[in-house]
Amino acid sequence: MMPDYGAAVQFSIQKPSLVLSGIAGDSVDLRHAGSSIEMQDDAMIEEEKRLEQVKRIRRRRIQPEVPLGTRIRKDWNQYRFVYLIALLGIAYYVVFCYLPMGGVLIAFENYKPMRGIFGSEWVGLKYFNDFFRGHYFWRLMRNTVLLNAYDLVFGFPAPIVFAILLNELAGKTFKRLVQTVSYLPYFISLVVICGILIDFLSLDGLLNQLAGLFGATETSFLLDPKYFRTIYVASGIWQGMGYGAIIYLAALAAVDVQLFDAAVVDGCNRFQRILHVTIPGIMPTILIMLILRLGSMMNVGFEKIILLYNPSTYETADVISSFVYRYGLLQGNFSYSTAVGLFNSVINFTLLIFVNNVSRRVNNVSLW
Amino acid sequence: MWSYGKKGIGSRVFDALNTGFMILLSVVTIYPFLFVLFASFSEPMALMAHRGLLLHPLGFSLKGYELVFNNNDILNGYGVTAFLVVAGTVLNMLMTILFAYVLSRRNMLWNRMLTVMVIITMYFGGGMIPSFLVIKGLGLYDSIWALILPNLISTYNLIIMRTAISAVPGELEESARLDGAGELRVLFNIILPACIPTIAALGLFYAVGYWNSWSSALVYIKSPDKYPLQLVLRSVLVQNNTGSMTSGEAMYQAGMAQAYTRLLKYSTVIVSIVPIMMVYPFLQKHFTQGMMIGAVKG
Repeated sequence: MMPDYGAAVQFSIQKPSLVLSGIAGDSVDLRHAGSSIEMQDDAMIEEEKRLEQVKRIRRRRIQPEVPLGTRIRKDWNQYRFVYLIALLGIAYYVVFCYLPMGGVLIAFENYKPMRGIFGSEWVGLKYFNDFFRGHYFWRLMRNTVLLNAYDLVFGFPAPIVFAILLNELAGKTFKRLVQTVSYLPYFISLVVICGILIDFLSLDGLLNQLAGLFGATETSFLLDPKYFRTIYVASGIWQGMGYGAIIYLAALAAVDVQLFDAAVVDGCNRFQRILHVTIPGIMPTILIMLILRLGSMMNVGFEKIILLYNPSTYETADVISSFVYRYGLLQGNFSYSTAVGLFNSVINFTLLIFVNNVSRRVNNVSLW
Repeated sequence: MWSYGKKGIGSRVFDALNTGFMILLSVVTIYPFLFVLFASFSEPMALMAHRGLLLHPLGFSLKGYELVFNNNDILNGYGVTAFLVVAGTVLNMLMTILFAYVLSRRNMLWNRMLTVMVIITMYFGGGMIPSFLVIKGLGLYDSIWALILPNLISTYNLIIMRTAISAVPGELEESARLDGAGELRVLFNIILPACIPTIAALGLFYAVGYWNSWSSALVYIKSPDKYPLQLVLRSVLVQNNTGSMTSGEAMYQAGMAQAYTRLLKYSTVIVSIVPIMMVYPFLQKHFTQGMMIGAVKG
């Protein structure tokens, strides 16, 4: 058996790590041993890989345990100057965004300017109750929701239809010209737009003059509550349609041209092409815009309202924000109108979350 | 745009109707401004007598513009607004760029916290009255700075700017740092030149915003000599406070006062939108661009 031993010894010199198994496998001939060596080699590589992995995992676990102080110091050394710059921005956000947020506390107290936020008497939900039971609650809710509803029905589709029709135009120059003209009113200030509106809609204004040519009697449109919503929504469409269409035109530009070609090859006519290629192509954009729109169904800015309304149209024109401005700021009912404003923003935020969640479930489209 | 061989008759009819509709739409959009323009150059009495559309000025008179340029309120408003546009836009851009740069440092320890702090303000706000009380508490009430400081950063624009800065290749910055450039030099010499389109768009956003803004002045400004142009316009166009401007010679002639009032309104509108019209070519180019950036990456 000597030669065998010799072989084993020789072997052990060459590959010391395998000596034990080599000796243990007493009767194993060399060829067999060879294959077992290969096997052992594979196992070792596997083992090494595993250890490496364990180490990597450990390292990852260990890293956060670097003392926070050290991390902060390292971060500070690297970004010292960036933090210095950040102070400016932080100061802005704290003073002009977060202080007012804290200021909504006055909705729950009988705020007296002389006593300040912390010295005023705490009244809980008194002002919310007053508002819900008050004279104006239903009028404000109705006007706010109805203005939004009309705008949703007429104002929301307008830029979409406009973008689709514009996309169908043949001449490139003509198309660009129409588009350039279309968003001009967006850049003109609301004051000027409303000034022109007031002039055109007045008793001797352009609209009455034109209507007079057809024998209609003169109407003072802005003094009659029944015209207010139409005026508000229609002028909104006139001013915002072209600008609103930009985002849909951008979405349209991203639709694959091959789809249009394929549709033509398949014998689609114009209308079918719009229905089956164009509209599905911009659907995600439409949905996102719809979420945003529905999320602000209780939101009407006060600017345009207070430019166009007057006491004789309060019945249909007065909305929550204009009420907050008039009743709170002009008449000094700070706490009451802050409560009204807070109620409005809570509803707005809830609506946005709700609509976003529904859309995420139903369409898989969401804002965040 | 789609010219695939022969068009059917239905397609042609559609094209004709569509083109017609677009022309009509353009006319409806632009005509109110043309009407005001024609009216502003008209003879006041001829304008009063006229009924219906205007296709050209009735006669020619600069009387309305004379009234506008002799009006101290409007000139003063122009001055205030010019200051707001220049100072406000510069300060806003500076703040927006600096803070966007901070937010673009993704590896910074407190970056995430800062970003969340900023995003929250897009969905929550104190509302009109608490903001008013803060401004008043800071002693900014009836100060022109009350029109600038609370609007220094628009969070939406900030996010757009951050996105633009993040898109600048990191290698550019690395090599500059190896050459020994400090933060400010990296920001102003390396990153900003790569973000020029976004900066132009946001600058225009801010400038037009300042030019057109009036509601914060309505809330925060009391003395008429600090009224920006749009607030003066409101009193002329919406509240009809033109008495003092058309008094004097006009009042002696019966019916003239009313004619001059209308003329003055039309001329005021034109004078106030001329600056916007002058930058409109840039506006429509960059606004579109800016809006796309916001839409795609916002």
